[in-house]
Amino acid sequence: MNTMLNDMEELVTPAPGVVVKTEPVVIKRPVARHFGHLDALESEAIHIMREVAAECANPTLLFSGGKDSIVLLRLAEKAFRPGRFPFPLMHIDTGHNFPEVIEFRDRRVKQLGERLIVRSMEDSIRQGRVVLRSENQSRNPFQSVTLLDAIAEFQFDACIGGARRDEEKARAKERIFSFRDEFGQWDPKNQRPELWDIYNTRVHPGENIRVFPISNWTELDVWEYIAREELEVPHIYFAHKRDVIRRGTGLLPLSHLVQPTEGEKVENLMVRFRTVGDMSCTCPVESPAASVGEIIAETAITRITERGATRMDDQTSEASMERRKKEGYF
Amino acid sequence: MSAIESISFDHSELLRFITAGSVDDGKSTLIGRLLHDSKSIFEDQLSAITHTSQRRGFEAVDLSLLTDGLQAEREQGITIDVAYRYFATPKRKFIIADTPGHEQYTRNMVTGASTANLAIILIDARKGVLTQSRRHAYLASLVGIPHLVVAVNKMDLVDYSRDVFERICEEFHVFAAGLHLKNIAYIPMSALNGDMVVERGDKLDWYDGMTLMDLLENVPVDHDINLEDFRFPVQLVCRPQTEELRDFRGYMGRIESGSIRVGDSVQVLPSGLTSRIKEIVTYEGNVDEAIAPQSVTLAIEDHLDISRGDMLVKIAQIPQVTKEFNAMLCWLSDQNLDPRRKYLIKHTTRTVKAMVSRIDYRLDINSLNHEPAETLKMNDIGRVSLKVHQPLVWDSYHRNHATGSFIVIDEANNNTIAAGMICAAKDQAGSCD
Ligand SMILES: Nc1nc2c(ncn2[C@@H]2O[C@H](COP(=O)(O)OP(=O)(O)OP(=O)(O)O)[C@@H](O)[C@H]2O)c(=O)[nH]1
Ligand SMILES: [Mg+2]
Repeated sequence: MNTMLNDMEELVTPAPGVVVKTEPVVIKRPVARHFGHLDALESEAIHIMREVAAECANPTLLFSGGKDSIVLLRLAEKAFRPGRFPFPLMHIDTGHNFPEVIEFRDRRVKQLGERLIVRSMEDSIRQGRVVLRSENQSRNPFQSVTLLDAIAEFQFDACIGGARRDEEKARAKERIFSFRDEFGQWDPKNQRPELWDIYNTRVHPGENIRVFPISNWTELDVWEYIAREELEVPHIYFAHKRDVIRRGTGLLPLSHLVQPTEGEKVENLMVRFRTVGDMSCTCPVESPAASVGEIIAETAITRITERGATRMDDQTSEASMERRKKEGYF
Repeated sequence: MSAIESISFDHSELLRFITAGSVDDGKSTLIGRLLHDSKSIFEDQLSAITHTSQRRGFEAVDLSLLTDGLQAEREQGITIDVAYRYFATPKRKFIIADTPGHEQYTRNMVTGASTANLAIILIDARKGVLTQSRRHAYLASLVGIPHLVVAVNKMDLVDYSRDVFERICEEFHVFAAGLHLKNIAYIPMSALNGDMVVERGDKLDWYDGMTLMDLLENVPVDHDINLEDFRFPVQLVCRPQTEELRDFRGYMGRIESGSIRVGDSVQVLPSGLTSRIKEIVTYEGNVDEAIAPQSVTLAIEDHLDISRGDMLVKIAQIPQVTKEFNAMLCWLSDQNLDPRRKYLIKHTTRTVKAMVSRIDYRLDINSLNHEPAETLKMNDIGRVSLKVHQPLVWDSYHRNHATGSFIVIDEANNNTIAAGMICAAKDQAGSCD
């Protein structure tokens, strides 16, 4: 699994003594525009990705088909084209994904012509590495097992992910380059200082770094960037009619995993998803927003956080995200 | 023709600020109050902290829970590590870093401070200026934060007394005279009750200055980007070697300062070789010019040996290239500086072995006096002479933050153990404290 390393060496070792004439790679277009907030965020993220490519021996980029990782892919294109990505993409498949998201994932990877590794929780379950209480239980918490196994299998020393600090209070505390020990654990009480934008990427064998290039982006920034870059996202982000069940404070999408229990009734509502994750615990919100522009308008005035509205698994206890991160989760 | 003509910046769009000061001065409460009163708290967040406050038996909602997100922080009622929060008003966007006051966690305060445009130093009106307030103010000055707000907090506990406020301002003013802080504003407030945070309240009528929110929305945002000297540390060399790009060789990186145009003469440091910019490549297409802090790919006319760690600069704006220099260090590790050991320094995109050849002095944080020292301990600030194995390409931190800053890494455990700011070449006068 050292092919990545070899690619990197090729990238940084110039062939000595050859005088080359370069042709323009792409069309010439004078750029006369305003360098604004999104440009600053974009440049920061590109800088971060290039640091990973240059300093880590064997990185990967986690791509789920969700909006944040869709943004990551565009940032990777900006960071590395006209070259290829200096890392493979990886998806940890819970087996509880929305089918249209998986379809989108595969299509996008094909468009890019990059390599995708898929490691699935089904395998971890079959191997007895994950033991579930019930088949329909949320699989999000167990993703860490499959993720850590994949990290060990490929000896990844860095995983680039699309987590943002505005998502959750434990994430708000995390470094951009977040060190994990040989058990994949995050130690929130003892994080490395992170000064200016000089990143310490050093790890010993078996340890790894989680890297979050869009740490400083908000949900609104992500949608504004999707609009600006005209990025395609899975359809379930847009308003559509769906059978749902009201449970607790949220709506759950009807599927083979979620069926009404005593007293619950199925409603057909106009909804959209703000995040896409495990089908058994990702709640859509009622919304008529059918375009990126309408989503931006809604996001700008919403009074509920992304995770508060959409993730039942984050609401089980006050520190559920922190606990999962300590166990190796993103 | 100036490169800045066609790409416009709006620095006022985003303000990054931190809260700092001693333990329990009310930093986290102030952030909570600011977010609450500016209607920037989401409903589910408010109901979550309301719930937690009730369970803990508090009478009112404890707003510090908004940023104190870790279990250990909530149990102890203190901040351990920086929390980042994002909010916007119609006037601008804000990134807040709520930093810990506890001395043990100074390294986390420095983490937050290193990227801030403004620091709010809180002072408990009952306690006045404490050592930790001085340390944080000094650190804010050292890392070059251009604006400081001294928030005299908990005014409700001193009967909103004007005398108390003025005495503390005077005390801080005397101390700050020894620092490089140009813009200091003083505001009396109660983070708990909200006086002078977003609303003026009715208890501080004798104060006619701005509320904190007014100030945050209107303070000019001085950027720490140097717009004059072109500095381009090479991150990666791009050689796609595809059919149509067989001969393409591009240098990928971020313009840390200044600007560049196609045709400009550039020098590669430390080698000193020269060439001209042939192309500025971006994903959107080639451009004629680019400016800090854009990330771009540069192609040059000649084939030169250039790799990661090298820096492209303009001929007329040459930085220093030396193996020895003086720097201020903030020591962030519980293992003391050991002058017999070799450390790693990461500076721009270059990582080199380094030794501390002399500790010039350690700073007494209360008197700002220079003291002789054999070592630097956790949270100490001092000036050292450094010797590195390969030359670094640098400017003084004062002139250029991006090329004057570095981190020190302990090779044994890979920890980041110090923050460094370059003052001057060896034996050259000049300090940055
Ligand atoms: N009376 C009064 N109490 C306040 C005020 N501001 C904060 N407090 C109280 O002071 C205590 C400490 O507040 P925090 O906001 O946690 O202090 P901090 O500065 O963030 O503390 P660290 O981050 O641990 O350094 C809490 O009990 C607050 O309720 C104020 O304006 N008036
Ligand atoms: Mg605090």
